[in-house]
Amino acid sequence: MAEPPPRLATVHLTAVYGKFTAVKDVSLGFRANTVNALIGPSGCGKSTFLRTLNRMHELSDGGWITGKVLLDGEDIYGSRVSPMQLRRRIGMVFQKPTPFPTMSIYDNVAAGLRLNGRRPRGELDEIVERSLRDAALWEEVKDRLQASALALSGGQQQRLCIARSIAPRPQVVLLDEPTASLDPGGTQRIEELVFELKKDYTIVIVTHNMQQAARVSDTTSFFYMGAMIESGPTRQIFTAPREERTEAYITGRFG
Amino acid sequence: MATTILPDAPAPAPAEGTSTLAGSRRGDRLFKGVLTVAALAVPVLMAFLVYELYVGSRLAIERYGLGFVAGTTWDPVAEEFGAAPLIFGTLLSSLLALVIAVPLSLGVAIYLTEFAPRAVRQPIAFIIELLAAIPSVVYGLWGIFVLIPLLKAHVFPFLRDTLGFLPFFQGPIYGPSMLAASIILAIMIMPFIMSVAREVLLAVPGSQREAALALGATRWEAVVSAILPYARSGILGAIILGLGRALGETMAVTMLIGNRHEIAASLFAPGYTMAAVIANEFSEAATDIHFAALTYVALVLFLVTVTVNAAARLLIWRVGAGGGGKRS
Repeated sequence: MAEPPPRLATVHLTAVYGKFTAVKDVSLGFRANTVNALIGPSGCGKSTFLRTLNRMHELSDGGWITGKVLLDGEDIYGSRVSPMQLRRRIGMVFQKPTPFPTMSIYDNVAAGLRLNGRRPRGELDEIVERSLRDAALWEEVKDRLQASALALSGGQQQRLCIARSIAPRPQVVLLDEPTASLDPGGTQRIEELVFELKKDYTIVIVTHNMQQAARVSDTTSFFYMGAMIESGPTRQIFTAPREERTEAYITGRFG
Repeated sequence: MATTILPDAPAPAPAEGTSTLAGSRRGDRLFKGVLTVAALAVPVLMAFLVYELYVGSRLAIERYGLGFVAGTTWDPVAEEFGAAPLIFGTLLSSLLALVIAVPLSLGVAIYLTEFAPRAVRQPIAFIIELLAAIPSVVYGLWGIFVLIPLLKAHVFPFLRDTLGFLPFFQGPIYGPSMLAASIILAIMIMPFIMSVAREVLLAVPGSQREAALALGATRWEAVVSAILPYARSGILGAIILGLGRALGETMAVTMLIGNRHEIAASLFAPGYTMAAVIANEFSEAATDIHFAALTYVALVLFLVTVTVNAAARLLIWRVGAGGGGKRS
């Protein structure tokens, strides 16, 4: 059976901050409707790699890349691509919940949609509800959509951010250590949610937590010192890694 | 099921003076006392100030009462004093200064924190902050020799020709005027508003900017939708600081405003402010009642400043505590 083409792929991608090369020559593909974990010790380049996928990396001081990132075969670094339009198709959620503190729960979810121009109220209501349902937050907030986003717990805020990022219906959702600041209960809910989200989206998730990678992902890629050491089906990476360094990392001998 | 091991009896207390945990807290108490005195000194000073102003102006308070703030005549010879034109001049010149300075300062602050090339950010901010160090009498001289001739020759006639249908831009053009004073005030308060607003914008977490950008916002949309709302109470604080300075500014204003006791609709007309009249007439006050009237003006200026600042603080507090929640 032929492999379906990946939804998102990098080709010889190198990412640089000024003079520091954070990601070295990485070629990786992510198929549609899969959860893909990026693991590795701190400073291994996995977060930088993630940030090249929606062109957030180039906003950092001295940030630039060589190589290609292909979304459905189209180079997102092409000269005619607008980073703003691109980021509406590739959503991102950060390590710490980043709700907009002056906005209500409703307005937070609608924030990305409003950037695309006005929509009829009814349509907006519908999308907000659907996004909150998809983010498994609707039942908890449906009676207080006008309350401040800061009234939510950390885990709820993170699910709100997920709702906000999926409201414009992106194809890919990037998660940068989304549970790093959450308690175990909040972490578990996000993990369950990630598993649900892959029905509709392609997920790339950076995580420090190897159990998390093992629990939620279909593929796992191990990064070390800016290079992608090994990539494959999660089960294989965790049970029969080919590379000695991968094995050393997942068995906890370093990192 | 007792798993904790408890001793049968408490350990004997160490003999007096032998405990290794003993230690004096005298230093702490002394420090706290000194700080308490320092903190109390501020409200006490303020109370004294109000008391002194009251005693000094009692003669005028008894003679004119509250009608003083509504009276429009200021005639030391006839011993008739009314402060309405002064209050009007202080409030209007400060308000106009804010109208001019706030958009400029915020624009510069946003540019310097979000858009300017990194290499020029510090130098530009530094130069603008230097403006705050120029003595106000220098601003006044510059206003007389440079700004007023410029306004008189070009800006005021242009305003009269284009916006002359409004009552604010009618009448004879003298030069020294409410508008000239407001412009110099705006220039003087800009560095304060700019530098505080810049600090506030710098303090907005980068994660807020990134969150907006990751949603597909442009740089400008990120500023408007995420950064400014996050910073709004601090920015209000910056504006209040500027307002406070504008209300009390004396020297440059008195040099440019024309010093006429009059409430005029036209911004080309001269006016007067509370601070300016005190500075101009205090040393020449010949009668007790004149002296008392000027002190009364000072009391009113004090109360106006305190009221405006308190109202502004309340606004900041409400905006800061509100934290959104309303559909806008």
